[in-house]
Amino acid sequence: MSLPPVQKLLRQLPVGPTGWPKPPEDGGVAEEVTSPVLATEAGQPTCYSALRADEHDDLKEMLDSNKDSLKLEAMKRIVAMIARGKNASDLFPAVVKNVACKNIEVKKLVYVYLVRYAEEQQDLALLSISTFQRGLKDPNQLIRASALRVLSSIRVPIIVPIMMLAIKEAASDMSPYVRKTAAHAIPKLYSLDSDQKDQLIEVIEKLLADKTTLVAGSVVMAFEEVCPERIDLIHKNYRKLCNLLIDVEEWGQVVIINMLTRYARTQFLSPNQNESLLEENTEKAFYGSEEEDGKDAKAEAAMLAKCKPYVMDPDHRLLLRNTKPLLQSRNAAVVMAVAQLYFHLAPKAEVGVIAKALVRLLRSHRSVQYVVLQNVATMSIKRRGMFEPYLKSFYIRSTDPTQIKILKLEVLTNLANETNISTILREFQTYIRSMDKDFVAATIQAIGRCATNIGKVRDTCLNGLVQLLSNRDELVVAESVVVIKKLLQMQPAQHSEIIKHMAKLTDNIQVPMARASILWLIGEYCEHVPKIAPDVLRKMAKSFTNEEDIVKLQVINLAAKLYLTNSKQSKLLTQYVLNLAKYDQNYDIRDRARFIRQLIVPTEKSGALNKYAKKLFLAQKPAPILESSFKDRDHFQLGSLSHLLNAKAVGYQELPDWPDEAPDPSVRNVEVPAGLSCAPTEPESGSEENGSSSSSGSSSSGTEEDEEEEEDSGEQSEDKEEEEVEKRPKRKDKEGSHKAVLGSAGRYALGRQGGAPSKNSASGALSSPCCLLVQLLSPAFSAVKTYELLHRMAGEGLAVEYCFSRRPFPGDPHMVAVQIQISNNTDTEVKNLRVNEPKPLSGMRIQEFPEIGMHLAPGDTASVVMGIDFCDSTQAANFQLCTHTRQFYVSIQPPVGELMAPVFMSENEFKKEQGEWGQGWIKGAAQKCQSDHTIVQQLTSAANVGRVPCGASNEYRFAAKTVTSGSLVLITLERREGSTAQLTINSEKMVIGTMLPGIAVPMALLSHPFCPMLLLKTLPCPCFCRVIPCPNLKRGGPSGQLCCWVEGAGWGIWDAGRCPAVPAPTEHSVPPVPHHHLPM
Amino acid sequence: MIHSLFLINCSGDIFLEKHWKSVVSQSVCDYFFEAQEKAIDVENVPPVISTPHHYLISIYRDKIFFVSVIQTEVPPLFVIEFLHRVADTFQDYFGECSETAIKDNVVIVYELLEEMLDNGFPLATESNILKELIKPPTILRSVVNSITGSSNVGDTLPTGQLSNIPWRRAGVKYTNNEAYFDVIEEIDAIIDKSGSTVFAEIQGVIDSCIKLSGMPDLSLSFMNPRLLDDVSFHPCIRFKRWESERVLSFIPPDGNFRLISYRVSSQNLVAIPVYVKHMISFKENTSSGRFDVTIGPKQNMGKTVEGVVMTVHMPKAVLNMNLTATQGSYTFDPVTKVLTWDVGKITPQKLPNLKGMVNLQSGAPKPEENPSLNIQFKIQQLAISGLKVNRLDMYGEKYKPFKGVKYITKAGKFQVRT
Repeated sequence: MSLPPVQKLLRQLPVGPTGWPKPPEDGGVAEEVTSPVLATEAGQPTCYSALRADEHDDLKEMLDSNKDSLKLEAMKRIVAMIARGKNASDLFPAVVKNVACKNIEVKKLVYVYLVRYAEEQQDLALLSISTFQRGLKDPNQLIRASALRVLSSIRVPIIVPIMMLAIKEAASDMSPYVRKTAAHAIPKLYSLDSDQKDQLIEVIEKLLADKTTLVAGSVVMAFEEVCPERIDLIHKNYRKLCNLLIDVEEWGQVVIINMLTRYARTQFLSPNQNESLLEENTEKAFYGSEEEDGKDAKAEAAMLAKCKPYVMDPDHRLLLRNTKPLLQSRNAAVVMAVAQLYFHLAPKAEVGVIAKALVRLLRSHRSVQYVVLQNVATMSIKRRGMFEPYLKSFYIRSTDPTQIKILKLEVLTNLANETNISTILREFQTYIRSMDKDFVAATIQAIGRCATNIGKVRDTCLNGLVQLLSNRDELVVAESVVVIKKLLQMQPAQHSEIIKHMAKLTDNIQVPMARASILWLIGEYCEHVPKIAPDVLRKMAKSFTNEEDIVKLQVINLAAKLYLTNSKQSKLLTQYVLNLAKYDQNYDIRDRARFIRQLIVPTEKSGALNKYAKKLFLAQKPAPILESSFKDRDHFQLGSLSHLLNAKAVGYQELPDWPDEAPDPSVRNVEVPAGLSCAPTEPESGSEENGSSSSSGSSSSGTEEDEEEEEDSGEQSEDKEEEEVEKRPKRKDKEGSHKAVLGSAGRYALGRQGGAPSKNSASGALSSPCCLLVQLLSPAFSAVKTYELLHRMAGEGLAVEYCFSRRPFPGDPHMVAVQIQISNNTDTEVKNLRVNEPKPLSGMRIQEFPEIGMHLAPGDTASVVMGIDFCDSTQAANFQLCTHTRQFYVSIQPPVGELMAPVFMSENEFKKEQGEWGQGWIKGAAQKCQSDHTIVQQLTSAANVGRVPCGASNEYRFAAKTVTSGSLVLITLERREGSTAQLTINSEKMVIGTMLPGIAVPMALLSHPFCPMLLLKTLPCPCFCRVIPCPNLKRGGPSGQLCCWVEGAGWGIWDAGRCPAVPAPTEHSVPPVPHHHLPM
Repeated sequence: MIHSLFLINCSGDIFLEKHWKSVVSQSVCDYFFEAQEKAIDVENVPPVISTPHHYLISIYRDKIFFVSVIQTEVPPLFVIEFLHRVADTFQDYFGECSETAIKDNVVIVYELLEEMLDNGFPLATESNILKELIKPPTILRSVVNSITGSSNVGDTLPTGQLSNIPWRRAGVKYTNNEAYFDVIEEIDAIIDKSGSTVFAEIQGVIDSCIKLSGMPDLSLSFMNPRLLDDVSFHPCIRFKRWESERVLSFIPPDGNFRLISYRVSSQNLVAIPVYVKHMISFKENTSSGRFDVTIGPKQNMGKTVEGVVMTVHMPKAVLNMNLTATQGSYTFDPVTKVLTWDVGKITPQKLPNLKGMVNLQSGAPKPEENPSLNIQFKIQQLAISGLKVNRLDMYGEKYKPFKGVKYITKAGKFQVRT
């Protein structure tokens, strides 16, 4: 690329921090005089400008001095001037030469100045460019980034080529932070010169492929500003963006979610397409009862089941699943972004989750409330059911600002249905007495809307409104009149009394709209009030000249209608009114009068229309439909500025309609180089590897199942999420070790197939060939639970997980084999991974794994096996995990079940051993145990035991021995009549006995009504208290209540931190606490 | 995205402007002033104003309007949330977010704004990163700076921006390692005329002050996490751990921050700690009225209700009030018509009562609605929902930190309709 003018110019300049050209004193002044800014201020009084110039001379002197402190002081004063909006542009030459100043603060302030005035002093600004160009080559990433940031902020068109070059270079920088800055620079360059678009798109494409969270948000922002129409650039990055989303900074999340919403609308099918037909009906029965809705839902479900043509694209599901946790963000913008994504993309049944989060935002600042309520108002029209449980959160306080009150009222009205209308009306009654009259008027309108939409309460509302007619406040009365008019139009015949009452109001009420409404009512229903109508006309004729225009029009209208129905009494009056109107100042009224006279008064000239006058005037008029002003606003993307303004804002990207046919989903498939966080989730079942071709079918049906299940009770879903958490790391292992290249079959299988994960799939995956140094031991049991040794955050990018492979450790039979999975999420290589300084407790031994000599490249995963002799205790083994740069303290704590190895024995041997001990150590009764299969599975997953064949059909036996001492452990599970079961455990050693309840708990308390532990399926009971020893509480049950076994006391609930066997919680001595903080 | 920012005080002076793209003239604020005039009350200024060439999105915080200028489509909440973050940062840096504080520290404010947005897109908004970039002013430092000429700008390069944990600055060191958690719960309630609860819920937050060296990895567990119905998290919290185990596991930012905010499930009945007996009536012909309010404790778990303040917006027709308070003092502002009664502590033996006459404007119709009473109170050492912190564990560091937890219950939007 050639950039002759600038480079030439720059070459001519002597560069270097000390080599700044020192312009002659008067040269600077000359510059000042020619500066365009000063020229504009020439009109000011001379003394003022002289004074100002003096002041600036002072500053210039300071800037020219050698002392940093003086320079700093000067710059501070200049920045203060800029902040106040005062012009400081004449100081440009003096300031710009300090751009290479050593003092960081001076430099930063110079940057502030430069960015502000460079546009006005383009030639001089060029002087600074070389400094930034040098900065771009600095070895320190932060300096490179800052140089690019300022360089790109200088809005001088002549440096566009330099900027372009700098951006391109920075986009392939080693440091993600510099790449982020490059992404930020893209829209700046684009706004300076939109001709660069094609080249910029290339850079965007490159940066979109970036795998770091730091870049993702910024580049999507650049994409949105430069080329939002190039949706094709997203395909390959879609899954990565979804997976990265949760770790991207908040602002980036908002931009990405909004963009993905649009993307999803072009790529996937509507999840509600089957309901669209039914939706028509719902639309009609919009304010219908709850049951109807329920029926609809059922019908929909039935229909879904019948035709089932719709299968959600797994990528669509991925997006929904990965955004859901962000509903719990502290940032209102993120929550709103997810809410709109769900509203626009999720199946109807799943949208409900966003309501809770949106209601939470109502506690926030007023301006947040305002925006959220606007969106809730739109949503509540389409999806009323979802906000109904939060009805009371929209109740209005007298301290709310009026605009918030009115929006809340809108939501309340939208939510009104037959079941809650009485509550809402009672609430409205309170509002009517408010001191805020605008709000009262809005409330009356709201009552009117409820009355038209819900037939049941129409009469109640009408009566209430009629009572308001005697209100002292005229505005209230007027608003009521207008609303009553609309209501009466629906059933006029029954309400002639009300019409009469309103006719009397014309004497008092002055609000034009109300007067006009009354007159229209009397005219329209004059046959119901034959006596009063002519009298009203008489009064109005009298005051005609003083009325407002809308009232005059209605008087003419009334006169015409009376003339047609009751010409005998009103002929003269009509003539009189028409004559008055003929000479009115307003031409609308004159026109109307002329038109009506021709129409109703038969003359020779009047044509055929005259015959139809009565039909024209007294035709049946349809009742007005009172609609929310938020109806149909959802064609704007929710949460957007355009939605809020209800008008298209500049740069708004239309939310496309769902396509009829889904575009090819394979465009999103990516060849995955062994990535980690960026790689799409692989199917959890190994069906692909096993060569099953029906994978996509089975996985998608799983998805359906998943969805349906999710609607179930909360407890179950929680339960499931747990399962999912357990499974996720497993998937990750596979990605790492396989370096799988995903073809079109490599899609996500999200649902669980059947109840239990198939054994061979998991073990198959793990035992497949590994290219690592250590020969891996494949776990013997399928449902291996993975524990976290070092979190990615704590490990500064290094994540370590471990699991118990349940295979004997090769070197030493007394050791438990622990398989460790290390993944490198950093950007640099990790070398020399090793275990250091094992500090085992007495007797405990650790067999380290051999140092991983090879480098663990960014994104790679390695597995190693180490052996630990835990001495049959659940004490944690502590050691250090070292890399070439860092060391981390970690500990492995074995669950009791992992301290055993299965023993295979015959039934007779088992009985013999058991007989030697006599009574079992522990017995627990389980009620309502489910299928036998579940029990066995649960036991085997909690403990590494071997099954012993058994003659009796209602008994299950297991045997194991402890790894270190080899003590036998026998477990008998006997199913009793009904659905209870008894569990007996025999153990050789007391120490084992104390630990065994740990295994027994989830078993024996299976479906115990109080036991929240059941949700944590494979957990050993946290409290191993035999007599008391204070429970080792590593994990709590979800509600803080824990079940435990206490010898001599039986099963108990460990509630609120109190063990049933312990009288009071143990006091720990703590130093005195300041600030009323109680020690924990 | 965000083009420019103007800070405007209550009297309509633009006292600070900052542009992230080309300069937008101050005159754009005229549209804002127009809307402000129309709204009468500051609370009613619409947050989003559309002008022919720009959109103005504003927030009102601490008597300052933050008016941002937007040119293209952007989620309004994005801007609003950012502006609040700016105000929070000022609060954090200067102890208050007032016009004087901003004017006194205009250079720091400018440096902050420069770092927070790049070309209108948020860049560094985490307080820990900002504090690494720009040191907050302290009296000592400003004295030292004026003598030595050293600066507020950090001379070490901020590494926080580069790490995976952007919210925590590196190299934190304390001699006393402490972690404090304040569990603050607010009761939002509407009580109707008869004293029954129309609506009540508990909103809580856990504010933390963590002064721990190095890279501590904390996990905080509750006795009864089931109580928390809807929770929003600081980004440092590991969502998965919460989902699976209901434990808050996090590497904390350094200093003060809000760990979570939560709502207690609405199924739980909310214990209302105070009751109010009221008798307010206006007489038609004598242009006077009676006012009699008593506040008493109720369901307060044996703790004292303190800091009780009642504010009432009286109807416009009220001229003056002659009241006697058995406890505390009251003020009535005849201009704004706001009655404030500072009660203090409630002792069950002698219930505080405020009683007397209300003078109405003669000739004016009697007010139709009785004013609603807004009550504030505070109860120390009690979380009204019953939420209890179980324990705090620290991993990753070797020292033994001091841990403390404090519970407070307050009235939130607590309103009694009369």
